[in-house]
Amino acid sequence: MSGKSLIIRAKLPFAGHTINVNEIVPLTGTTALFGPSGSGKSTLLRVIAGLETRGNLFVEFNGEIWTDTKSGIFRPPHQRSVGMVFQDDRLFPHLNVSGNLSFANKRCRKVAIPITMERVVEALDLAKLLTSHPSTLSGGEKQRVALGRTLLTQPELLLLDEPLSALDIRRKAELLPFLDKIPREFGVPVIFVSHAIGEVARLADEVILLSPNGRVSARGPIPEIFDTQEMHDFTGKFEAGSFLQVTVIGQDVEFQITTLKFEDEVLRMPMVASLNIGDRIRLRVRARDVAIAVKRPEGISIRNTIAATISEIKVEPNTAFAEIIFTVGFQSLRARITRQAVAELGLEVRQDAFALIKSVSFDRRMMISALE
Amino acid sequence: MMVDLSPLWLTIQLAGTTTIFLLLLGTPLAWWLANTTAKARPFVEALTALPIVLPPTVIGFYFLILLSPTSTIGRFWVDITGETLTFSFTGLVIASMFYSLPFMVQPLQTAFQAIGRAPMEAAATLRASPINAFFTVAVPLARRGFLTAIVLSFTHTIGEFGVVLMVGGNIPGQTKVISIAIYEHVETLQYAQAHQLAGGLMIFSFIVLLAVYSMNRKLAVHVG
Repeated sequence: MSGKSLIIRAKLPFAGHTINVNEIVPLTGTTALFGPSGSGKSTLLRVIAGLETRGNLFVEFNGEIWTDTKSGIFRPPHQRSVGMVFQDDRLFPHLNVSGNLSFANKRCRKVAIPITMERVVEALDLAKLLTSHPSTLSGGEKQRVALGRTLLTQPELLLLDEPLSALDIRRKAELLPFLDKIPREFGVPVIFVSHAIGEVARLADEVILLSPNGRVSARGPIPEIFDTQEMHDFTGKFEAGSFLQVTVIGQDVEFQITTLKFEDEVLRMPMVASLNIGDRIRLRVRARDVAIAVKRPEGISIRNTIAATISEIKVEPNTAFAEIIFTVGFQSLRARITRQAVAELGLEVRQDAFALIKSVSFDRRMMISALE
Repeated sequence: MMVDLSPLWLTIQLAGTTTIFLLLLGTPLAWWLANTTAKARPFVEALTALPIVLPPTVIGFYFLILLSPTSTIGRFWVDITGETLTFSFTGLVIASMFYSLPFMVQPLQTAFQAIGRAPMEAAATLRASPINAFFTVAVPLARRGFLTAIVLSFTHTIGEFGVVLMVGGNIPGQTKVISIAIYEHVETLQYAQAHQLAGGLMIFSFIVLLAVYSMNRKLAVHVG
């Protein structure tokens, strides 16, 4: 939309090293601050929110200077138009859910088109919880309330500090769809902190990779960032693969199949009932789950055959394997096959071929987590 | 013979006034102690705890000197009100405040420390100013601490004897509180009257504490 941005410069001691960051973050979409535990990701969010005052700090939000330790400017946290969801939900134990939401609602900024209590309750499915006490809620429910409470402050930027890390895998799966849709639904940009690759892959548009010594080591949009050496250094065992941006176009209840539009192609996967037609989701496909055919195969059980152009062939020296990168529309898809297969099929760059994706790699677990 | 009940009312007045002023003074002090990283903190903590270890006569003695018309404070008070601070109700309130200070500050400080920074940070990100967050988050979360502090200060002031004797003497309606009256009855061998006051005070204290402990359970904030 507009060129709103956040400038953050921070130099402060943290956990035995020095956080040293100088970044401009566009205030659109979802940006992930990604890095190992102890690299200082959460501290950077706290700097933005005004909860951290040590060190040399500079924060400029959309042209307004919020923190400048050099000239002694400091806008207190309650006057900053950001909302923060903490790792621990931090719901007020002396108020019920409704009271927690009202706490924010009463104090919110005056804005032209406010995010209303009704919308928040509906979007986060809180109606049944309103009279409940925080102590009776599950971890996922608590975080939903915390997210709703924060939205009601009418934030111009949402800071999420590892909102999933305290949850077990099932609660994560419950909360992820909300974290995914909320920023778009309410038009609020998000910076979120995570050390879990699956969350980042699922939620982020752009990734800022923080190294263990507190510096930004790589930055870029997904999926490009996943190709960088820095990312591979960090993620280690994280398997090569590609992220496909797809749109849900059908739910076949009889065969229990969800159909997806991927560029001009159609993909099918075992039905995920929680999806709605029109939802845009991101799928991760492992390179080793993609096979290649030079002619469109017939009489084959693999449901997903995609016409694609080979854009790159990377031979892995001293191994049996090679990586083939296809271009499909504006996206790319990786396949990992043997070098022998490359030679026998005579694969070359710019050649048209067919990528066969084993339907199994689209299963629910895959979506929720390439998900540790 | 009917016992004179005026010492009882005076005692309740003194304890009530002392508790109210202590609440106003002790709350910010306890908040500061719970949150500060200042080097002065242990000094202030030690000073606050002094009345627990000192014999009341020592406190009374120094207050007698501090409040007497020959001291700066005592003189100033005489100049503006025409009355002395020693042997007066006002003087008793001031001395009692110091005497009961730890019973107000320590439960509050413990309660505030138990709350920690997290809820206050959350309140700040929800646009509550520090003062507003204090009253809408910290106070409700510390309500058991407040109850304990108020009751302990009140009952501890009721039970004081040495400080009152030194600073206030034994002036009916002014400084003759219940503990002094009992002492006087015993001195003059009026055991029946002493029994009435002492027994009454015991029953009163027990009822107050019973009420507090019953309420305390209801006030518990559900956590976790």
